[in-house]
Amino acid sequence: MKQIINIAAKEFKDYFISPIAYIVISIFLVVTGWFFFSTFFLFDTADMRNFFSMLPIIFSFVIPAVTMRLFSEEMNIGSYEILLTMPVSFTDIAVGKFLAATLFSACMLLPTLSYPIFISFIGEVDPGPVIGGYIGSILLSGAFCAVGIFASSLTRNQIVAFIIGSAICFTLTILDQLLFFVPSSITEIMAFLGANAHFQSISKGIIDSRDILYFLSVIFIGLFGTYIVMQERN
Amino acid sequence: MIEVKNLTKYYNNFCAVDGINLEIKKGEILGLLGPNGAGKTTTLRMLTGFFKPTAGDVMVKGISISDNTLGVKELMGYLPESAPLYHNMLVYDYLCYVAKIRGITGDKIDLRLKALSELCGLSNIMHQSINELSKGLKQRVGLAHAMMNDPEILILDEPTSGLDPNQIAEIREIIKRIGKEKTIIFSTHILSEAEATCDRIVIINKGKIVADDSTQKLKNRAASGDSLFLSLYNLNGDNSFADEVLKVLKNVGSNIEIVKKEPLEKGLVSFEIHTNSHDSKYSGDSGSFIKDLRREIYLKIKETDWIIAEFKRESKTLESIFHELTKGN
Repeated sequence: MKQIINIAAKEFKDYFISPIAYIVISIFLVVTGWFFFSTFFLFDTADMRNFFSMLPIIFSFVIPAVTMRLFSEEMNIGSYEILLTMPVSFTDIAVGKFLAATLFSACMLLPTLSYPIFISFIGEVDPGPVIGGYIGSILLSGAFCAVGIFASSLTRNQIVAFIIGSAICFTLTILDQLLFFVPSSITEIMAFLGANAHFQSISKGIIDSRDILYFLSVIFIGLFGTYIVMQERN
Repeated sequence: MIEVKNLTKYYNNFCAVDGINLEIKKGEILGLLGPNGAGKTTTLRMLTGFFKPTAGDVMVKGISISDNTLGVKELMGYLPESAPLYHNMLVYDYLCYVAKIRGITGDKIDLRLKALSELCGLSNIMHQSINELSKGLKQRVGLAHAMMNDPEILILDEPTSGLDPNQIAEIREIIKRIGKEKTIIFSTHILSEAEATCDRIVIINKGKIVADDSTQKLKNRAASGDSLFLSLYNLNGDNSFADEVLKVLKNVGSNIEIVKKEPLEKGLVSFEIHTNSHDSKYSGDSGSFIKDLRREIYLKIKETDWIIAEFKRESKTLESIFHELTKGN
């Protein structure tokens, strides 16, 4: 447990040493801010539904950019060898890096907390969907981080890691819009596998154990996949 | 301390390390020598638990590395080849991080860092970013990293490669200093380095151990192949007397081999005289044998009117042993 915290702390600090963190956060804020507020006044409703509805798509490109370096860079510069010859287990490494990435994603969301505050000046904001939305966002970013870390563990090339990560995240996001193309017998399973529906249901303010279980399962599968890749590699 | 049993590693169908057996005692400085691609790094990586062996096992203080990898890693400090450290961190931050991972807490971290920075000469660069450091300085930070928890076993992969002569001397000095108490295994392909620092030398080639002996014994073994080099000319300035010389030399000793060499100048005749290294009688203490031989030859030549142009002993070094053992690579 202590090693997990050590690794997570180091990785989290690392984000803010390099300029990547600031670039990613800026891009995220500009994109979400522009998409959200450009249509906000047209709808004339004081809620954040639009913000949360586009979050999965934006996350499926931003989160893999956050996680792409976690393993790829280590393997590329060779520090992976140093990391693995210190007394830390594969689980410590995978979970530590996952926590750092998720915490970083939470930091990325932090400035958007100002949106509901601004909106509350111009109308009554229902706190339920907003709180639900943020809980859902954390869960979603956690799930995508786990996927991104898995992608990063596969290759020493960060760009390849990013592409694989976004491909998986994007597929998870749009899966429930592809049901039209699959045989009706498996539509229900496919619908459950899509991340978007689960996220939207939480962001309406309905916290359903099935949705939470879904995100936790994705996190577990992503990290377990990383564990297996690490084990195979040595 | 460390017991390596039948250690084997395959990369797909390529056999990088082929059934190595080794036993390393406490306090030994062991040099792992071999040409490029001989399997040195792979062996060290398996010793440190970074690679899983295809077959065989490593026992460190009775702990099997495949059963308890973490336990073994705690006993070891490892410096990989060319010290691949996190390049965007400050030296101080990096060493703090390593200290925490190694289980050092609170005030002890600063004490330990202070001791290490003195030992490795880091005090001036503590607040520099690692990617600004030269290779030698990086290597020193890597050494501090490896020695963080005062490990009983230190494994260094080519610790002096790419350094300038001063830095090499410094790193060797550090290795010798800490080698008084610790078990050190390091790989190198610089023979003089192994000769200067190691108690014991293991030479591997194509994944197999081809020599494993104490440095002194290997040196003796090399010395047994010493040879003499002799150049003569006569008063006439031609080389018609070569056969005569050969006859004289042959009478000097029975266990010698004489090779006629291409003369360096016109009118000279040159010979190389080898002791027969396959003869066990002379392989042990060749120094005095060569000395006797030199005396004999001189006395014999004194009887004639030949003039000695050159007469010298050419000692075989560890290098020639290395060449012999790793031929065909």
